[in-house]
Amino acid sequence: MSDILDLSAYEIRKKIIDREILIKDVLDLLFERIKENDNNSFITLCEDEAYKKAEELQKRLEDDPDGKKGKLFGIAVAIKDNICTKGIKTTAASKILYNFVPEYNATVIDLIEKEDGIIIGKTNMDEFAMGSTSETSYYGAVKNPLNNEYVSGGSSGGSASAVAGHECFMALGSDTGGSIRQPAGFCGVVGIKPTYSSVSRYGLIAYGSSLDQIGPIAGNVTDAVNLLEVISAYDPKDSTSKNGVDREYSKYLTDDIKDLKIGVPKEYLSDSVDADVRENIKNAIEVFKKLGCEVKECGLALTDYVVPAYYTIASAEASSNLERFDGVKYGLRADDYEGLHDMYKKTRKEGFGTEVKRRIMLGSFVLSSGYYDAYYLKALRVRNLIKQEFDKLFKEFDVILSPVSPETTPKIGESLSDPIKMYLSDVYTVSANLTGMPGISIPCGIDRNNMPVGMQLFADHFREDNIIKAAYAFEKAGKGM
Amino acid sequence: MAKEYEMVIGLEVHVELATKTKIFCGCKTTFGMKPNTLTCPVCSGMPGSLPVLNKKVLEYAIMVGLATNCDITRYSKFDRKNYFYPDNPQNYQISQLYEPICRNGFVNIKSDAGEKKIGIHEIHMEEDAGKLVHDSWGETSFVDYNRSGVPLIEIVSEPDMRSADDVINYLEKLRLIIQYLGVSDCKLNEGSMRADVNVSVMEKGSKTFGTRTEMKNLNSFKAIRRAIENERERQIDLIESGEEIVQETRKWDDEKGKSYPMRSKEDAKDYRYFPEPDLMPIVIDDEWLDKLKEKEPEFKDEKVKRYISEFKLPEYDADIITEDKKMADFFEEAISLGGEPKKISNYLLGEVKRLLNENNTEFDKINLNPLNLVKLIKIQEEGKINSTIAKEVFEKMYYEDVEPLEYIKEHSLMMESNEDELKDIVQKVIDENEKSVEDYRNGKEKALGFLVGQTMKVTKGKANPGMINKLLKELLSDGK
Repeated sequence: MSDILDLSAYEIRKKIIDREILIKDVLDLLFERIKENDNNSFITLCEDEAYKKAEELQKRLEDDPDGKKGKLFGIAVAIKDNICTKGIKTTAASKILYNFVPEYNATVIDLIEKEDGIIIGKTNMDEFAMGSTSETSYYGAVKNPLNNEYVSGGSSGGSASAVAGHECFMALGSDTGGSIRQPAGFCGVVGIKPTYSSVSRYGLIAYGSSLDQIGPIAGNVTDAVNLLEVISAYDPKDSTSKNGVDREYSKYLTDDIKDLKIGVPKEYLSDSVDADVRENIKNAIEVFKKLGCEVKECGLALTDYVVPAYYTIASAEASSNLERFDGVKYGLRADDYEGLHDMYKKTRKEGFGTEVKRRIMLGSFVLSSGYYDAYYLKALRVRNLIKQEFDKLFKEFDVILSPVSPETTPKIGESLSDPIKMYLSDVYTVSANLTGMPGISIPCGIDRNNMPVGMQLFADHFREDNIIKAAYAFEKAGKGM
Repeated sequence: MAKEYEMVIGLEVHVELATKTKIFCGCKTTFGMKPNTLTCPVCSGMPGSLPVLNKKVLEYAIMVGLATNCDITRYSKFDRKNYFYPDNPQNYQISQLYEPICRNGFVNIKSDAGEKKIGIHEIHMEEDAGKLVHDSWGETSFVDYNRSGVPLIEIVSEPDMRSADDVINYLEKLRLIIQYLGVSDCKLNEGSMRADVNVSVMEKGSKTFGTRTEMKNLNSFKAIRRAIENERERQIDLIESGEEIVQETRKWDDEKGKSYPMRSKEDAKDYRYFPEPDLMPIVIDDEWLDKLKEKEPEFKDEKVKRYISEFKLPEYDADIITEDKKMADFFEEAISLGGEPKKISNYLLGEVKRLLNENNTEFDKINLNPLNLVKLIKIQEEGKINSTIAKEVFEKMYYEDVEPLEYIKEHSLMMESNEDELKDIVQKVIDENEKSVEDYRNGKEKALGFLVGQTMKVTKGKANPGMINKLLKELLSDGK
């Protein structure tokens, strides 16, 4: 019966509604699988809450089989642990929040519950979403379900691992510089970073406020798009949330992409990109050509500047966003201290991990007087130039195609010793955060280690329709191959 | 010959805006509630919470800017000011540094040399912090976030003031403008208006300013005046003894009449300001600005002129009534209800002021109803009560908001105007006070007053004094 777990979310929903399976039985299988896999993909499991909700839904179904059923009826969803869940511990994988239980839900959680989704647990991640491998977690590294020696990617590694390991049917991640798309790529699943300001950030523990977006991770394009449609809504509680834009994403689940114009930046396929990655991307380009798309090479001259600009801005915002973790109001407070200043120091020293401290220091430095203009302000200017560069491309192209990462999936333990190298591997994902444009990551092949290779598709702001169509058609073509 | 010195003073004035809810969340701003009962994830700095600007705050800030002749910034932004302190739950304050909402304004104040212009450098919006409560016997401190997120504007003046008088006049001017706009009650003693004073001293006529200090913890006009005078002396002493003035922030201790250094420029904090990414830039269009301009009320100076021309009030009366917006509102309402301007004014300047002083309170704290005052004056004019009774009824109205006619009837305070009844009483008084009668007849006019008083006593103050006079004179001459 465990092949049930190989089904897509929309298939499971149908089976539940048709009363072919009980929601409770699906949950049994999932929790069993989580234990069996032992990939450390979850920090907290919500078994009691999930079974309770399952019972409620099942009863509703028995009482009124024809009644209204939400878009996620009975579907088990995993939530990245930096998204606040009322009454459920939310740690952001940091010791400093090891005991934090929010009294409020993030807006996306309310939206999922409204559509009858079942939250089964909080997924592991890089501490405060800072990292590219989910190894900086206070709760230990997440394993890649396809091969446990490899990382799951980061920072939403737990969510990607849980989806790829069939421990849930869909998951939420957050993407500040590629944190949804890159782990989806490393785990061979689908991840979407929506246009900035389409999904509410209320209740997302902020890393880089001007870059953060919550988005879906799922086993296929349809499931990912359906979850996106649920969580994307105008929210008056988030001032950066945009009203009056097209959010009916599911209507773009069509494979008609004839004449779609796709640009491939030549800088993204240079010699510095791993040969296996390059090979797979080239194959993908051929698939799109066969589907009737117009694929052309294009240029992104500022590519070398995106990583420095990104890390300057993200760290600056993070240094301020993480100030509230001080031992005064919630979370960890150091045991022995003398006076206020010492309490701050000891709490933050004990509570934060190395990578988080590095970024707080970097961010504090670029904002300090005398350096603000030279670093932070300059990075903002570069960000604007990058935006302009993409704006120009989108006048010509509907979609930009790119690898997810210049490298293939690394093994656990290989990355943290060289943070600069790790930062540089974000080169193809951070532009979407700097510009705000949407990006989708879908698997497009495997490398020499039999690990998946991911491809990214970008579109102009609020033009998710273009990348959804392209991804859906590509996925369908792949199944036919 | 001793050198002459001149002070250069600039002010940073914080004003708490009287919005119903906080600047970035929906929590109420009510003062004096139980600790942490007016809080939510936003104003207590919970992870994942986000600020949303209360549009009323923006409106109020712009109104103050327009009334102080500022340019309104059409594309304004919020910035984060980062510093760690437990009363500041996020450990950053959302404020405005780079693009404040108002710039380049001025107000005119009175000074010895006539009107004087005080420049306003900028006005910006920001959130207030919570309050720390220290346990005096233990080692614990508590924090109350009820005030966290209460909206403030900071009005930064140019260094255009030269004396404590200038400072007081400037603050009074700001207070009146802001009170008239109805955007704050501006009470120094309650903290809804707070002033930090930057003072430097230079030789008279010099073109270069001296090194300035910033004085904090000034909770009354009196404290401000004393602190300025004290700082002037302190700085002059340092200059004359050849010592350097340190650029620093000082704390005024009003009880001791001294100030103490808080922190110097060397250990000034680096606030690492940067644009607040959680809030969108504020774009202000002409249409909205025009609407706000239309809403501008009549300010004190205009009111004084109108009271003199329209109500024929003496300038003195008009000036005092308009010192307090609430009193001016009362005055105008009373007139619209048929009150006679000078009579209303007499009550306000007389009895009302007396009772306010006696109770050490302010006009907005009392329950006096303008309609009742108009009625009382009318009853008195109709000769139904005399001034003694009127005073008694007025006090009842002031304290207990009683309806005057009902009260007068209930307590039978109506004047005795029945001539026959009163005649008997007067006759009785004459009979019982032979000495005074004799005095009167011997030409001592004063004795008549005594007899009037005696009659009043018998009637418990209810008799019409004019009638008593008339009857006394009649009866006394009859008996001649």
